[in-house]
Amino acid sequence: MSTLLKTENLCFTYAKGTPFEKQAVKNVNIEIKKGEVIGVIGHTGSGKSTLMQMLNGLIKPTSGTVYLGDTDIFENKKTLRDVRFRVGLVFQYPENQLFEETVRKDISFGPRNMGLPEEAIAKRVKSAAKFAGLKDELLDRSPFDLSGGEKRRAAIAGVIAMDPEILILDEPTAGLDPMGRDTLLAQIDAYHKARANTVLLVSHSMEDIARIADRVLVMYKGDCVMLQSPKEVFARAEELEQMGLRVPQITRITTLLREKGIPLSEGILTVDEAFAEITALLKKEGRI
Amino acid sequence: MIGDITLGQYYPAKGILHRLDPRIKVLLLMASIVLIFCTFNFYALGIVTALVIASVIMSKVPLKLYLKSMKAIIFVILLTAVLNLFYGAGEPIFEWWVFRITRAGIHNSIFIAVRIVLLVMLSSTLTFTTSPTDLTDALERLMKPLGIFKIKTHEIAMMMTIALRFVPTLLEETDKIMSAQKARGADMESGNILKRIKALIPILIPLFVSAFRRAYELAMAMECRCYQGGSGRTRMKQLHMGARDAVAIIIIALVTAGVVLCNIFL
Repeated sequence: MSTLLKTENLCFTYAKGTPFEKQAVKNVNIEIKKGEVIGVIGHTGSGKSTLMQMLNGLIKPTSGTVYLGDTDIFENKKTLRDVRFRVGLVFQYPENQLFEETVRKDISFGPRNMGLPEEAIAKRVKSAAKFAGLKDELLDRSPFDLSGGEKRRAAIAGVIAMDPEILILDEPTAGLDPMGRDTLLAQIDAYHKARANTVLLVSHSMEDIARIADRVLVMYKGDCVMLQSPKEVFARAEELEQMGLRVPQITRITTLLREKGIPLSEGILTVDEAFAEITALLKKEGRI
Repeated sequence: MIGDITLGQYYPAKGILHRLDPRIKVLLLMASIVLIFCTFNFYALGIVTALVIASVIMSKVPLKLYLKSMKAIIFVILLTAVLNLFYGAGEPIFEWWVFRITRAGIHNSIFIAVRIVLLVMLSSTLTFTTSPTDLTDALERLMKPLGIFKIKTHEIAMMMTIALRFVPTLLEETDKIMSAQKARGADMESGNILKRIKALIPILIPLFVSAFRRAYELAMAMECRCYQGGSGRTRMKQLHMGARDAVAIIIIALVTAGVVLCNIFL
């Protein structure tokens, strides 16, 4: 697979030249391939959100470059807007950006800015709403009358409707109930599989990351400290803990069980995996 | 970024002006402003200028911040100075077409420019050295006598405190919403004026919605803590007047006497 997004020595400093100066992102070099799902984890204030906003050109890096395909996205200011259509960014609490009279109009804001014809817009709204799990009858309601979870879906649909090659979601499940989290995550996964596009998912939930990520990017104090498969990253439990992160709960439990001498395999990341292994083990021992 | 507004922002430092009683500071500022506009000759102006320079130095706030707040009104100063230049009575020393410059005109424009500069500098010392809570606290105390006219001074002060408290929050919120809409391709930098105004709708509506939501939440939180206005409330931080406040009053009284004497005898 070819490299789609690449950063070179990417740095960003807030409030440069004032006493409040703070380096949020230091020398980040990452390469993201087409079709990958990248989970991004890091403690609050580790520079995740800043990095994500540089990837679609909302924040101009203090130094360094972002390449989308082969072009430097900041090279030409006029094409920055097109970059934002190609790299869709869903902010934290995106429901705070809803503004139109109806959900349908709000979702079509992005595609309309792209200058698409009305028919294409209608089509995109429909498919985006479906991917985000919004029911058809909600489309003609005011976004302000929806429930919290529905608002979140509507806002996410607003970005999906631009059909971006890369979809970045900054903590999309924050503040949702457990059911809402699970379904939303499943929908993001389904969307990724249907469109075969690249997804970057920022999350504080290691369980979510373990479930859908191909690779995990770990940010710590502005540095990109790891970019490896979930198995490799979550095998470094001690290092993660020092950075204020942890491994998925199920990984911790299975590690503890292994230490007690129960022969489970290393690096179990999801409950499903653990379930399969444990039942297999119990069957082998003839207990069930 | 929008967050760079400095006009009148509290600057924490350990200057003597920071420790003055805010009520005294407000009253003395008002007195000094009257004084600035009651200077009728250069000697009197010199005295108040010395006063302002002394307070700027004593405030221990970097001069850069004062200059920054000055930048915002430099245009106003220049405009009034230039206008005053042409409105003086007496013998013209320079005449061309409709423009007539007299000695009195030059005198006027120098005075008005210096006065505005002094006014802004002195008001800035107040806002730089007094935290917004102290300031509203002081205003509430000073407005107390208005209570006999059934004016709810506590409520007014509370509204001011809340408004000040939410300025940075709303600025941050605006920044966030702008980024979110830009991420959906909102274009705020091009097009004619009508197009640009229309481009503000996706920012203003979410901003209003969130401001109302915050207001509602705050009202709820205040009610949960049984907030019920001014009557019978005690304060965590009592204001106390001390020796340094007395010294400040004496200094301003002396300056006033000096200005009056200059005006009469020189």
